[in-house]
Amino acid sequence: MSKKITISPITRLEGHGKIDIMLDDDGNVTDSYFQVVELRGFEKFCQGRPVEELPRIMPKICGVCPGAHHMASSKACDAVYNIEIPKAAENLRRLFYNAHMSHSHLLHFFALAAPDFVPGFDAEPGKRNILGLIEVLGLDTGKQVMKIRGYAQKIQSIIAGHAIHPVSSIPGGLSKPITKDQRDEIKKMSLEMREFAGVSIQLFKDLILANDKYKDMILSDTYIHKTYYMGMVDDNGKIDFYDGDIRVVDPMGEEFVEFKPENYLDHIAERVEPWTYLKFPYLKNVGWKGRVDGKESGIYRVNSLARLNASTGMSTALAQEAYEEFYSFFNTTIVHNTLAFHWARLIENLYACEEIVRLSHDDDIINPDVRVIPTETPGEGIGVVEAPRGTLYHHYKTDANGIVTDVNLIVATAQNNAGMDMSVRRAAKNLIKNGASDDAILDQIEMAFRAYDPCLACATHAMPGKMPMEVSILQNGQKIRSMKRK
Amino acid sequence: MKNKIKIAINWAGACGGCDVAILDLEEKVFDITSIADIVYWPVAMDFKRKDLFDYDDKSIDITLFNGMIRTSEHKEDAQLLRKKSKVMIAFGSCACFGGIPGMANFTDKKGVFDCSYKDTASSFNPDNIFPEINVKKKSGTLTLPSFQNHVNTLDQVVDVDYFVPGCPPTYDIILKAVTIIAGYADNGDLPKKGTIIAGKNALCSECRRNNSMTSKVIEKIVRPHEKMIDPDICFLEQGIICMGPFTRSGCGSTCIDANMPCRGCFGPAENQYDQGTEAMSTFGSAVTTGQDDYIVRGEMLRPVNSIKDPLGTFYRFSLPNAIINKNMKDGK
Ligand code: SF4
Ligand code: SF4
Repeated sequence: MSKKITISPITRLEGHGKIDIMLDDDGNVTDSYFQVVELRGFEKFCQGRPVEELPRIMPKICGVCPGAHHMASSKACDAVYNIEIPKAAENLRRLFYNAHMSHSHLLHFFALAAPDFVPGFDAEPGKRNILGLIEVLGLDTGKQVMKIRGYAQKIQSIIAGHAIHPVSSIPGGLSKPITKDQRDEIKKMSLEMREFAGVSIQLFKDLILANDKYKDMILSDTYIHKTYYMGMVDDNGKIDFYDGDIRVVDPMGEEFVEFKPENYLDHIAERVEPWTYLKFPYLKNVGWKGRVDGKESGIYRVNSLARLNASTGMSTALAQEAYEEFYSFFNTTIVHNTLAFHWARLIENLYACEEIVRLSHDDDIINPDVRVIPTETPGEGIGVVEAPRGTLYHHYKTDANGIVTDVNLIVATAQNNAGMDMSVRRAAKNLIKNGASDDAILDQIEMAFRAYDPCLACATHAMPGKMPMEVSILQNGQKIRSMKRK
Repeated sequence: MKNKIKIAINWAGACGGCDVAILDLEEKVFDITSIADIVYWPVAMDFKRKDLFDYDDKSIDITLFNGMIRTSEHKEDAQLLRKKSKVMIAFGSCACFGGIPGMANFTDKKGVFDCSYKDTASSFNPDNIFPEINVKKKSGTLTLPSFQNHVNTLDQVVDVDYFVPGCPPTYDIILKAVTIIAGYADNGDLPKKGTIIAGKNALCSECRRNNSMTSKVIEKIVRPHEKMIDPDICFLEQGIICMGPFTRSGCGSTCIDANMPCRGCFGPAENQYDQGTEAMSTFGSAVTTGQDDYIVRGEMLRPVNSIKDPLGTFYRFSLPNAIINKNMKDGK
């Protein structure tokens, strides 16, 4: 009789998630399923709402990345009214948004991801958290992380009213400009943020890449999937979090398609599976071939590594250097190593901080001209941004009064649904042999999906601790062994 | 030293913002940990649902419960934690009033499923597949919690002692709750059951724009994106619907200071029962240009024309708790 290992609860998108790992009689992995066990139905209950209210409603999809929903929603609203926002408003939104990205990336790396490497996945369980990390790095670095993360939250709340409750972005721009004093404060913070972004990358190199055990792990087949990748790029093919075209590359690194966000429906479809509340987006023009990777399968991945792969580089000097170093390390033009999401995240953080420096030093950032009043009859609009965890699509239709009739959302973590599912399966298959699964093995399986930073991992970020995980081994429906990490 | 008290923090149908709000206390989190052991916090610490079953009844002192109740698992967790805890606190607008996802109560499970899995533009579902509670696979059975017809507030499924409103509760409000927790740890003192831990009066009482308020009637209602909003004048004076008069104070005027009107996340003020009916009856008499579009709710027939979305405006955070909607319960 087959056995089942259940990992629950894990991180989540719209709710809690769990992972079931099925073992055969010999205790080898036959299959596994990554399940999301909740749904709240935003697409339905946003029908009937005035469209200008959606930028205040949508952030409640996720309290961890509310800024991303606030931005995608505002952009969709601008499109619904066919309005171009003033340059100053766009810059202010970009400033807000880069702070949002920086905050998310930094937290994920230091509080959640790094402890897997320092002190390490095989360290004493009680040490494998941010406190264990700080023991190695020193308290000063720990405090520095908290301070810089606080800066990123601060910038968001200066511009949007509140970091978890952003409200200032509306169709046509922003409800208020920032003052000179606020700008000066941001300017000062930005320089420290940029400096720390550089320090972070150096830490990654010194502590992780310089250690053969981790270097081998990053390069190991256990953590590789050859998939398509998607990301937003500017006119020059460089990464842009706020606006641009969507570029998809195939598993060989060749451009598969570049499309305007408005045309996303020609390229993406979503599949429903009865065993999870979360849909599976895939590339329509490749097709759904099941939960498998490769060129024939329409599964694509998003988030940091995907953005690097889908772009031709970074538009800022320091990040571009870091980008080149990244690809020369792997000695290829496309990186499939799932654990490299972490490194890519730090490179993106450097880019975000350089952008914050640039935008906050531009005198136009305090320009009070941050709004235009929409005049056209509202209709349909699509707003896309790169959320910290990947491309985020908001698509609204309204009646002539701007009352919403249809909403379609494709959120970042959903697009990595299949990727996470496959990554867990591959790690489990490679690591669990003949029923043997100890704590270190479970940690390594966990690392396979942690690399994607699935949404609620963020909340775990700031606390000393790690993702909760329990494993039950079941036989004939009876629990024969249960294991819990302390 | 006194024994530390035991605290559990749980989320149900939530966005995570309530948990992040606690994390954002930063060093103040340690104020909590100096008086209390956190014995369950699945979002942030390494505890399991299974651990809960092992606790004795009433062995947890205080549970902070965020999120609304929609799935069978949410409900089971609420009931289990109620059994294990001496004090149950509804934390955040979702747990208190249903919150933003509570707006889904204008429809039911079928409405939500059809939309999410079939009608949405990118869904490709020719075989009409929907999530199911049990799915048999060759290698075993996969289970999902069931999805109720409607959203419930926490106190519609279990007895609740205190309420901490806000979406999410703000820094100062959480500190207020921490003070109460500290008092309890210190000498077992607790406020009166049912206390709402926030301000008492309507938000207007703390709003710095309130001296610009006159009692004139609103001539025309405008939507926030239709006009340049004066940052110093009361929104209602400018013809923009603000829920301040019908909303409990305590948030520190977060939205108002970002030059955006209140949408009511702190729920009704002390002497008001239902945010929506209060707002509708007031706006019914404050708006003059009632011409031909009326909304009808039970006995009420009010000329609130040009308020395009009374439900989403007046019940943005509190539909599951609304009088108009008391029959929408499958939690009991
Ligand atoms: S009350 Fe607001 S912040 Fe808290 S879980 Fe609900 S939507 Fe999120
Ligand atoms: S102004 Fe209103 S909606 Fe905004 S935080 Fe305060 S109570 Fe909530």
